[in-house]
Amino acid sequence: MSATGIGAAVRRKEDLRFITGRGQYTDDINRPGQAYAYFLRSPHAHAEIKSIDTRDARAADGVLAILTGDDIAADKVGGLICGWMIHSKDGSAMKAGAHPALAQGKVRYVGDHVAVVIAETLAQARDASEKIKVDYKVLPAVVDMNDAVKKGAPVIHEVSGNNTVYNWHLGDKAAADAAFAKAKHVTKLDIVNNRLVPNAMEPRAAVGDYEPGTESFTLYTTSQNPHVARLVLSAFIGIAPEHKLRVIAPDVGGGFGSKIFIYAEETVCVWAAKKVGRPVKWTADRSESFLSDAHGRDHVTHAELALDEGGKITGLRVNTKANLGAYLSTFSSSVPTYLYAPLLSGQYDIPAIYAEVDGIYTNTTPVDAYRGAGRPEATFVVERLVEVAARETGVDPAQFRLKNFVRSFPHQTPVIMAYDTGNYQAALEKALKMADYRGLARRKALSARAGKLRGIGFSAYIEACGIAPSAAVGSLGAGVGLWESAEVRVNPIGTVEVLTGSHSHGQGHETTFAQLVSDRLGIPIDNVSIVHGDTDKVQMGMGTYGSRSGAVGMSAIFKALDKVIAKGKKVAAYCLEASENDIDFKDGKFSVKGTDRNLDFGSVALQAYIAHKFNGQDLEPGLKEGAFWDPTNFTFPAGVHICEVEVDPETGITRIDRWTAVDDFGRVINPMIVEGQVHGGIGQGVGQALLEGVHYNKDGQLVTASFNDYCMPRADDLPSYNVGMTQTPCPSNPLGIKGCGEAGAIAAPPAVINAITDALGHEDVPMPATPLNVWRAAQKAVAKKAAE
Amino acid sequence: MPKVSMTVNGKAVSANVDARTLLVQFLREDLRLTGTHVGCDTSQCGCCVVHVDGKAIKSCTVLALTLEGANVTTIEGLAQDGKLHPMQEAFRENHALQCGFCTPGMIMTSVDIVNRKGNTLDEQTIRHELEGNLCRCTGYHNIVKAVAAGAEAMAK
Ligand code: FES
Ligand code: FES
Repeated sequence: MSATGIGAAVRRKEDLRFITGRGQYTDDINRPGQAYAYFLRSPHAHAEIKSIDTRDARAADGVLAILTGDDIAADKVGGLICGWMIHSKDGSAMKAGAHPALAQGKVRYVGDHVAVVIAETLAQARDASEKIKVDYKVLPAVVDMNDAVKKGAPVIHEVSGNNTVYNWHLGDKAAADAAFAKAKHVTKLDIVNNRLVPNAMEPRAAVGDYEPGTESFTLYTTSQNPHVARLVLSAFIGIAPEHKLRVIAPDVGGGFGSKIFIYAEETVCVWAAKKVGRPVKWTADRSESFLSDAHGRDHVTHAELALDEGGKITGLRVNTKANLGAYLSTFSSSVPTYLYAPLLSGQYDIPAIYAEVDGIYTNTTPVDAYRGAGRPEATFVVERLVEVAARETGVDPAQFRLKNFVRSFPHQTPVIMAYDTGNYQAALEKALKMADYRGLARRKALSARAGKLRGIGFSAYIEACGIAPSAAVGSLGAGVGLWESAEVRVNPIGTVEVLTGSHSHGQGHETTFAQLVSDRLGIPIDNVSIVHGDTDKVQMGMGTYGSRSGAVGMSAIFKALDKVIAKGKKVAAYCLEASENDIDFKDGKFSVKGTDRNLDFGSVALQAYIAHKFNGQDLEPGLKEGAFWDPTNFTFPAGVHICEVEVDPETGITRIDRWTAVDDFGRVINPMIVEGQVHGGIGQGVGQALLEGVHYNKDGQLVTASFNDYCMPRADDLPSYNVGMTQTPCPSNPLGIKGCGEAGAIAAPPAVINAITDALGHEDVPMPATPLNVWRAAQKAVAKKAAE
Repeated sequence: MPKVSMTVNGKAVSANVDARTLLVQFLREDLRLTGTHVGCDTSQCGCCVVHVDGKAIKSCTVLALTLEGANVTTIEGLAQDGKLHPMQEAFRENHALQCGFCTPGMIMTSVDIVNRKGNTLDEQTIRHELEGNLCRCTGYHNIVKAVAAGAEAMAK
């Protein structure tokens, strides 16, 4: 392994600009003559708009335009889309209501977009918005899913009379019912997976620009996938054809899913830029982020696990209601269906599984993918059930898992997925050692002496990443293919630019992708630069989410590098007057087999462009190759996290005493960056388990709409993490990568809750396990113990 | 519009500003020093931390006009003579940043912690002192390591 090649903990190339304040985020971009947009948002969760009077506002200082749903309709700008078709059990298509970028006749959640004011300054736009008079007829709102499906509930979209978007299912009901009929033991759980706000530290932002001379648009925006944004804005929303629309996603300050989607604000900014003849800038303030960034999770589930007399799992039944909010966001329909139920087998050999999912409209902010997207919800169901089943049957939870793990690969689950490779017991055994499981009893006794309750919680998670084989997702309803593209451009002096359709918003692609190139071409890492985030530079791309940039994005680069090396061999063969078959490429040198005649990579690059040594008709000049990579399977990162907590029964305060993570991500390019991804994921998962939760009041007002009210994890809420790895290389891509971006967020919540419930003598506790929730559960546990 | 003058990163600057202009807006919009970020509207996140007269403050929470004559250092002014500050080096060396959005505020806060608490910092102190700075990417583990390492390096 070289110091900068695959497997090395190379320090990040992108860091210099970030630590010196020279990053270029969207809000740092200012276009000459730019005006500012301010969105007037609905204060009501559900209302008819009877009229909008903008006369006074139009006359206010600095106002350039005030645009409403009527204007966007008149210009025939299409509505926002949901790109994944889900069919209900009865075969009918999901019932999706229209989603205009500016409300047309009705608002459906607090924060819905009523009008936009465009003015010389942001202060003027904001001031003028207060002069807009909207006559609302307030309608009853519904925020609770059970209320939403009741007869007589307020109807949010006419197309979906019972507020149900789909009743979907997966698996074999008859087989699962049969397993339960024969079961020796059945474990049942009711689970709420709390709603979260992604809260990337950089708020969303957009700058729309229009160049009348070429009739072309440019949109700078906080996007994880600028090409997908361009595709949707062009082909579906109809802003401009793709060759007249450039989307630039510069440095992006975190995404976690929330910046995948194509929202109203960027659509309006780019459309309005032409309308007002000025660049238009919008940057969310944090309150707007809370109201308008797609939220995550929000499931209510009943789940049952069937065991035979030997403690083997024989069946699983799951019934979930998924809150989709007031409109279907870009990929929302897929999250509680195909990103959720196919993971319900966990790491276990479960012969029969049946899952039903109802997707439900409520008068709340739309819900879509948030770090893990469906897989954390599935893991929470499986790992809570398994833990409780082990306790109910009096089996050590580690032993229970070991008994039920999948042991041979490939393994076909009853819910679509074919696990390719893994070694689940190895990860668990390593984690048990690292966590000093043997010493637990002693530590529990020590805590008890101090009046504290100590508990341990396991989470053996699996996820499907490397999203995704195009044909497979196409057959499941996706509107796009999920390949990735790359182009490797070699310059005449042998330096290299790699253009990738992946997008880095914290993942460190400028480093890891360069490590791959340095490793394969045998050139210094400083001679490689990675270009991403601009649709005019990078030909095509599907972006970054679902832990796909390594497994899919780097595979595309790998394939393009193959082509560069193959072309280099041809060039070298001419220059060294040898046959192409006799040329070897190793350690940055093209050499004639069995001789000491060779040319280094830079010389071959130069010869490729000088082209004196070969006839351009036989061999094209130049050294530049592109490739698309379409995966043949999902990848299956898996691992075991162990959380150990100490609970104070008097105050309900939970302290995480130690955290052990053992993950199998397949081959690792940069362990420092991978561990960083694990740390961050755990941080968000612990946030969900202990601190974070969205709360709406019954009128649909978002009560947790600022960092004062929504509890984000801070440094003193979180522990240090002890991170280890096992490795079974992924067989379906050339690098053997599985992906690591979401693991921590998927693994952490059940580990924490399993630990707290262990401390509380198995008393259940809801997420977030705030001191109040834990204290209540502790009191119940104490009362139960007293009654025994 | 009233006029305000101050020293920013060693340079004298003055401008006429709307009375409601916050320091962070003055830095970002008037001076185009965009390294100082805005992550919230409730003084909670610390993305905007700069030093005013040697002390860390949240620049989203102070009006530019109140800082007449002040000496302001932003992240852009931390490296001296082309040499990174030890805390900047420590953040890079310990992989204490991912998206980089919280990083300028984190580094400015961290330097302030060392100024107040000295060069030997235990984990608990660091975690407690970082309370006013949110990071959504790193889970803080490597930030805590970086602050400890940077604190030691600052003693040299
Ligand atoms: S911008 Fe969040 S504290 Fe200043
Ligand atoms: S590095 Fe992204 S918020 Fe801290």
